[in-house]
Amino acid sequence: MVTSTSRYKYITCDPEKCIGCQLCEYICSYTKTGEYNSYRSRIRTVRVDEILITAVACRTCENAPCVMVCTRDALSQDQESGIIRLDKDRCDGCAWCIEACDFGAISINPMTKLAEICDQCEDEEAGPQCVLWCPKDALELTTPDQRAQRARRKLATEEALR
Amino acid sequence: MYGYHGKILFIDLTSRRTWAEEKPESWYQTYIGGVSMATRLLWENIEPGCDPLSPKNPICIANGIFAGTPVPVGAKYGLASKSPLTGFVGDSLSGSWFSVALRRTGWDGIVLHGASEAWVNVLVDDGRVQFRQADKYLGLGTFATEEAIREDLLDDQVRSATIGPAGEHGVRFANVTNDGRQAGRTGHGAVWGAKKLKALSVRGTHGVRVADPDTLMKLSFDIIESAQGPHTAKYRLLGTATNVLNMNTLGLLPTRNYQEGVFEEAELVSGEYLEEHHKVKKIACAQCPIACEQVSAAKQGLYVDAMTGIEYECLFANGPNCGISDMNAVIKMIDICDRGGMDAMSNGVTVSWAMECFERGVLTKEDFRCAKYPEGFAPTFGNAEAGVTLSEMIRDREGIGALLSMGTKLASEQIDRERGTESRNWAMHIKGLENPGYDARGLKTFALGLAVGTRGGCHNRTAAYDPDIKGEVDRFSIDASRGVLAKRTEEYAAVYDTLPLCKFIRRCFSGKADRAGAWPAIQALINATTGWAFTYEDIDLIGERAHTIKKAFNIREGWTRDADRLNYRWHHEPMTRGPSAGHVVTEEELETLKDLYYQAKGWTADGLIPKSKLLELGMDDVAEAIGV
Repeated sequence: MVTSTSRYKYITCDPEKCIGCQLCEYICSYTKTGEYNSYRSRIRTVRVDEILITAVACRTCENAPCVMVCTRDALSQDQESGIIRLDKDRCDGCAWCIEACDFGAISINPMTKLAEICDQCEDEEAGPQCVLWCPKDALELTTPDQRAQRARRKLATEEALR
Repeated sequence: MYGYHGKILFIDLTSRRTWAEEKPESWYQTYIGGVSMATRLLWENIEPGCDPLSPKNPICIANGIFAGTPVPVGAKYGLASKSPLTGFVGDSLSGSWFSVALRRTGWDGIVLHGASEAWVNVLVDDGRVQFRQADKYLGLGTFATEEAIREDLLDDQVRSATIGPAGEHGVRFANVTNDGRQAGRTGHGAVWGAKKLKALSVRGTHGVRVADPDTLMKLSFDIIESAQGPHTAKYRLLGTATNVLNMNTLGLLPTRNYQEGVFEEAELVSGEYLEEHHKVKKIACAQCPIACEQVSAAKQGLYVDAMTGIEYECLFANGPNCGISDMNAVIKMIDICDRGGMDAMSNGVTVSWAMECFERGVLTKEDFRCAKYPEGFAPTFGNAEAGVTLSEMIRDREGIGALLSMGTKLASEQIDRERGTESRNWAMHIKGLENPGYDARGLKTFALGLAVGTRGGCHNRTAAYDPDIKGEVDRFSIDASRGVLAKRTEEYAAVYDTLPLCKFIRRCFSGKADRAGAWPAIQALINATTGWAFTYEDIDLIGERAHTIKKAFNIREGWTRDADRLNYRWHHEPMTRGPSAGHVVTEEELETLKDLYYQAKGWTADGLIPKSKLLELGMDDVAEAIGV
């Protein structure tokens, strides 16, 4: 399985907590387009085998493959935040970035034919709206290392109590 | 028009012709959506008196106004046809991802006429309609059919409402299923099967525009937060299965085909036991922050492959009501129903009828021959393997399963005709629809609500058990208040079924579920979505109109006062044990209650609707057709 090795923050979903309600999709599409249309969401819920449910958004890979394959240099990565940015004038909707993404986190807007990628709601004061709205706190904006630290703390607590 | 697309899609399965119909805004304001709009579409599109399994019975689908928005629990759609179980209106609700995808297609509703010559999967793809061959999906279960269609189209944005083998075979209580949720009870699966419609798939790209998104966002956010607190704790933690012990304590848990209201092994089939031993995952419908679906699995024994969502109603019907206390077997029976695409309540109550027939000698071991047990078997109460086998036989209409697949009303009438018996006296249905898991002998307001129900024996269309259980009235006697209570509770439910909103959210608006607690928030949600200026009184009217169009449909199909009746057992045979022992609903009591109810509704003593009442509700053409 391919995983992001990112030092950057990105939005992850805890499948144990996710109930498949899709509210993240409505909120995302509303925030980004002004209308409710989960088809236009930059985070996508997935349900397979009836009980396996999660949500996926851009994982801000280091040396992001989508940026590397873009034939028109339309994609670039912010060195501070890892967020992938799109130059609308350069993008021609060729979809190479979609092919390159191991997480299925990029889509092409059917109307504008431009690539759309999660930008962690960097323009929103309250941060990522999907994280804010998730009723089960299944979504969070953290780095892999932050999650590893938490896992170690949880393990330490459990083993100490044993 | 905000909140709607303004057009309905018509599909003729016989000729494969499609067309669109536009409705004026006043039509939408009167019927809104969900079961109300679906029933109105049925009213407009059916030939009265037709056979429910003939091509003349249309499938009418109406989406909800909140589908595809962040309004919590608003992803629901209504489905209406004439019911092959009751011969009256068959109105059902289902929810989740299908409803959201339907919204994105750009259609507010879909009406399917006629019948296909070959098995078909209709795909509504934005404005286009495709008729896909469906032979290869035959025999597949409900969820498996959805997955197969997604795999064939290589698109998991496609959502499908399907029938399972039960619908293909013509089980009269077969369901239509999408995303693990069922449009249940009234036999839609049989109607779809008769039309050779294996699945209706939807895929769309349109967004939803609402009048005041900022307000809608704020209202929704607050309700979602409130829905994580005590107002939904019952549904989130144990789910509706928590009712098993509650009902047992009240002596109202139907046991061994409603012979008693106390089950000595209730602990073993309780919500608490389910949580501890069988729970796998809690799942939500689309747009729902509650997640009440308690997906549970059999953990040992013969049935370890079984896994499905367990609700109280399915649990009582296939568990205590069949005398079965092995939770693994109960999960298996419900799994057979959910994957096979049939109503688990009707299944349990029909199996329990067969078990009583066996114990009373009306049916014998030889009647229960099948491929698995060529010599037949003995379905006594509590025989778990018999319960499982009978459920499979019903789904496949094998052996006696063909008789049972007609439901308790038609099955008992046939057996009594053939054998001179009186098995109809323990056929536990109202108007042909099998009863829910609350014994009405100890809930007299609810007894009235059920008897007059347009759908038959259904707990979802009337909440008249509420004043009984809460102690607002004496549940064992009647008084003059019950007519108004039955009217209020059924119209209250009809508001939720019309928008539709799931009733599990009802306490989250203000902490109080009554009209004063819920209507202001519902009013604000409707107005922010549509831009209309609905008042508190208009919310009441939504419920009254929704109920009235269903009743009007039934009247046009030949309803008379005599059809509002209970089953024999609740009238004549008291329970012998527990806190509700010794009570029946006498025929005199019921007639008095019906008088009170018809009066409260503003109807005639015969239960017909005056023209003036229909005109007052803005239903002029209905007044012309059935008003007196």
